[in-house]
Amino acid sequence: MDKMPKWADLFLIPAINLVLAFMAAGLVVLAIGQNPLDAIYYMIKGAVGSTSGIGYTLYYATNYMFTGLAVAVAFHARLFNIGGEGQAAIGGVGAAVVLLAVDWPHWTIALPFAILGASAFGAAWAFIPAYLQAKRGSHIVITTIMFNFIAAALIGFLLNGILKNPATQNAETRNFGAGAHLPTAHEMLAPFGIEFSKSAPLNFSFLLALLCAFLVWVLIWRTRLGYQIRAFGHNEGAAKYAGIPAVKITIIAMLISGGLAGMLSINVVMGEQERLIKEFVEGAGFVGIAVALMGRSHPFGIVLASILFGMLTQGGFELLFEMPAISREMVLVIQALIILFTGALDHMVRDPVERIFFRMQKRAA
Amino acid sequence: MDSFLQLILTLDMSIRLSVVLLLACLAGLYSERSGIVDIGLEGKMLIAAFFAAVAAFHSGSAWVGVLAGCAASLVFSMIHGVASITYRGNQLISGVAINFLASGLTVVIGNAWYQKGGQTPTLSGAARFTPIDLPFARVVRDVPVLGPIYSDLISGHNALVYIAFLIVPLTWWVLFRTRFGLRLRAVGENPASVDTAGISVVRMRYRALIITGILCGIAGAYLSTAQAAGFGREMTAGRGYIALAALIFAKWRPWYAMGACLLFGLLEAISNLFPNINVFGLVTIPVQFTQALPYILTVVILAGFVGKAIPPRAGGEPYVKER
Repeated sequence: MDKMPKWADLFLIPAINLVLAFMAAGLVVLAIGQNPLDAIYYMIKGAVGSTSGIGYTLYYATNYMFTGLAVAVAFHARLFNIGGEGQAAIGGVGAAVVLLAVDWPHWTIALPFAILGASAFGAAWAFIPAYLQAKRGSHIVITTIMFNFIAAALIGFLLNGILKNPATQNAETRNFGAGAHLPTAHEMLAPFGIEFSKSAPLNFSFLLALLCAFLVWVLIWRTRLGYQIRAFGHNEGAAKYAGIPAVKITIIAMLISGGLAGMLSINVVMGEQERLIKEFVEGAGFVGIAVALMGRSHPFGIVLASILFGMLTQGGFELLFEMPAISREMVLVIQALIILFTGALDHMVRDPVERIFFRMQKRAA
Repeated sequence: MDSFLQLILTLDMSIRLSVVLLLACLAGLYSERSGIVDIGLEGKMLIAAFFAAVAAFHSGSAWVGVLAGCAASLVFSMIHGVASITYRGNQLISGVAINFLASGLTVVIGNAWYQKGGQTPTLSGAARFTPIDLPFARVVRDVPVLGPIYSDLISGHNALVYIAFLIVPLTWWVLFRTRFGLRLRAVGENPASVDTAGISVVRMRYRALIITGILCGIAGAYLSTAQAAGFGREMTAGRGYIALAALIFAKWRPWYAMGACLLFGLLEAISNLFPNINVFGLVTIPVQFTQALPYILTVVILAGFVGKAIPPRAGGEPYVKER
């Protein structure tokens, strides 16, 4: 009796949070003397107004799906993996090493190996914090933050050293070669007679991200391991009592999480850049936290939230052209406010809404 | 003598670089000792650095800048308080949000006001903190060894540097010699017992966050009005996280915090002055390694292989009063 209907928990509360976040962001826009409604119009137009806009939106959404799923899997085990940024970066090293090692004949052959490299490296970067959390009780939030910085230093070292392309001044690897080229949305849709923007970076990885979302759903809600992860996250003591090994679950959940974060590089490094550059993650690891919170750690919610955040990112770029007074960092502000309202100030909305529902239920009874 | 002067120069630079870390680290110390985990030090410093630079530019006074920085940082600290104390939200998530908010807002507002890609106008004259010569610094400069140590290393910093280092004994005294300090530590270890004694946990934690806000404000103001001459986007550059690392390294104690911050400041100075260190012509230590060393050391400490870092026991847990 004393529970809210499920739809309220899954849709009403996130919607209210989102509205509050956008209202607060609107105040910021007003404060710098601009019209927030115009800003929203240009952002939506920029994000979905053309196939190029859609292509960029879904390209960013692909990144956020990977990192959002990564954060969510860890969340289910009540682990806060704030290290998506570093795991994705090291995943990129894994993908690059695989793609540079062999002259790949065709992308269908290269892709499985690149996925293996990216996810194995990402998982490996999550392993040490996971092990230290499970075995030595070191707080995983702090260790994963530290590992983000260590990853940044490591990738800088590699790209100025052994992985560097000697032909350029830039800290980057050489190009991967034609055999590692992932088909873009333009190339995939052309045979069906659909004209899609050539410049948009959307590529095959988008489908891969959707597949990952489905697999995460199967894992979390349809397998024994997923049950163990959820039980462990729900009540560590009870889970231990039920014979669920804490060390194993912590490490496995983090390995999956790191692996998913590493997959981001399939989209960016293999799909878009076709070489490894230094700061290719661009904060997507952190956006994953917002995405997982917004999507209530459910793959379906994460896909929707990723598309929303993809629209924000792409819309933010367009906004800069239309309203030069608002810089692109407005997107960061909106993301911050969404994290604040959906994550940290959740009770502020949830408690009053719950009370209203109880009162209605009482009256009905 | 040359290498001696080099040493003095390096140490002098370490002191200057460690001030921001020290202020942020002490800020985090108050918050975490009260049981509120604060990964938003970075964001609070950033917003403080911005408003300090803005206020210093328009008022022409660096001290007005400090006040403005403290005010801005305090607002952010109170957002963290409302989220994590009043609404019992996740303190880590709130901290992440604060960091995002600061890096976004500073550029959005900065660009709207000055159209310089997030930078604020360059500060000069009294809008910046300038070095202070301690008494006799000029006189004793020529005394061998001790002369340069006094006049170049100890003297010649700006006011905020001396303030930062004075806050260390002050913090020690507050924490371990006052009733407030005892209650602060208790609220971070066992809030229920403090509550039973009739002291409001909520009020104690808010007070701690006020101190945290002020100290982060000074740290930010130091960055933009003393170390640099104006605000630049993302100018905190991860120092809030290094401060957090230093806090763990120091095991949440003020004197150790000073030691840790000086060590991390030294590492930063070394990576600035000597990018690639060649050890006996055999191995070259890459600059990235020196840069990553604070983080690596912190992980090692956290792992408990070299002494164990035990955080305040109630850290990260919202306190729910028993009914």
